[in-house]
Amino acid sequence: MIRDALGIGIASGAYALSFGAISTAAGLSLLQTCALSLLMFTGASQFALVGVVGAGGSVWAGAATAALLGSRNALYGLRLSSLLDARGWRRALAAHVVIDETTAMAIARESVPESRLAFWATGLAVFTLWNLGTLIGALATHALPDPKVLGFDAAPPAAFLALLAPRLRAREPMAIALAAGLVALVCLPFVPAGVPLLIVALLVALFGVLRSRT
Amino acid sequence: MMWAGVLVACASCYVLKLAGLSLPTRVLQDPRVQRTVPLVPVALLAALVATQTFSTGHHLVLDVRAAALAAAVVAVLLRAPFLVVVASAAVTAALLRLV
Repeated sequence: MIRDALGIGIASGAYALSFGAISTAAGLSLLQTCALSLLMFTGASQFALVGVVGAGGSVWAGAATAALLGSRNALYGLRLSSLLDARGWRRALAAHVVIDETTAMAIARESVPESRLAFWATGLAVFTLWNLGTLIGALATHALPDPKVLGFDAAPPAAFLALLAPRLRAREPMAIALAAGLVALVCLPFVPAGVPLLIVALLVALFGVLRSRT
Repeated sequence: MMWAGVLVACASCYVLKLAGLSLPTRVLQDPRVQRTVPLVPVALLAALVATQTFSTGHHLVLDVRAAALAAAVVAVLLRAPFLVVVASAAVTAALLRLV
């Protein structure tokens, strides 16, 4: 189990290298980049914030998108709360590492003690290596003269695609993804940068609520 | 301004995580919430892919980033690891700008 946790930690450390690089190329300082990994610590939201800023959007549009993407962590917390049964400072600490990886590892276990160990071991491994990877990626990119020459501006969409792909295993999410992409492009010329994302989020929320009523 | 946005976003994400562990389960077990929340990342990530590939500012454009995305799609279909997917897009864009 510890080996699994380390494996996931190393994979996310590699992925954090690209976060550090993309964030720096988007114009965030070394401290801001590291603060995101230390304090936000949820990959898709971090990529979204720096992606919106890098594309010329306001940091507030990026922050709103990051929070919307972070909403799924609340559902993970719901699944984990009875399993972890953490109270007081332990709950405050556990909350920080409620992310895709720790949830997947914890709910895959047979017994409660194993689930808890998997949760904390994965959380610790991913947190450590995610932050280390971010720092190295950011420092390496700071040393480069012009990130755009190296194609760094083409990296964020690829990162979003890699995060999206595992969620597209059924027909409905595929259709939603295509519709969301189209709607965002249609809105884009007419509204401030970053706002197409909020329009898409609003529409998909409406769709979800209306569909679940029937 | 950048710092304020960064810190507010970090706080919001933490509150969402803590809410999941703390709120009474019936709030988040509402079928509408259960059904809608997982759709949000799908829609937002797809919108991010589209806008960041096919636009500059307020203009729709078709440039080397489209080819870079195509390279990333191939890498995803080949089940390449995350870093390889991102690197394949960056390298494709860099090489196309050289020619």
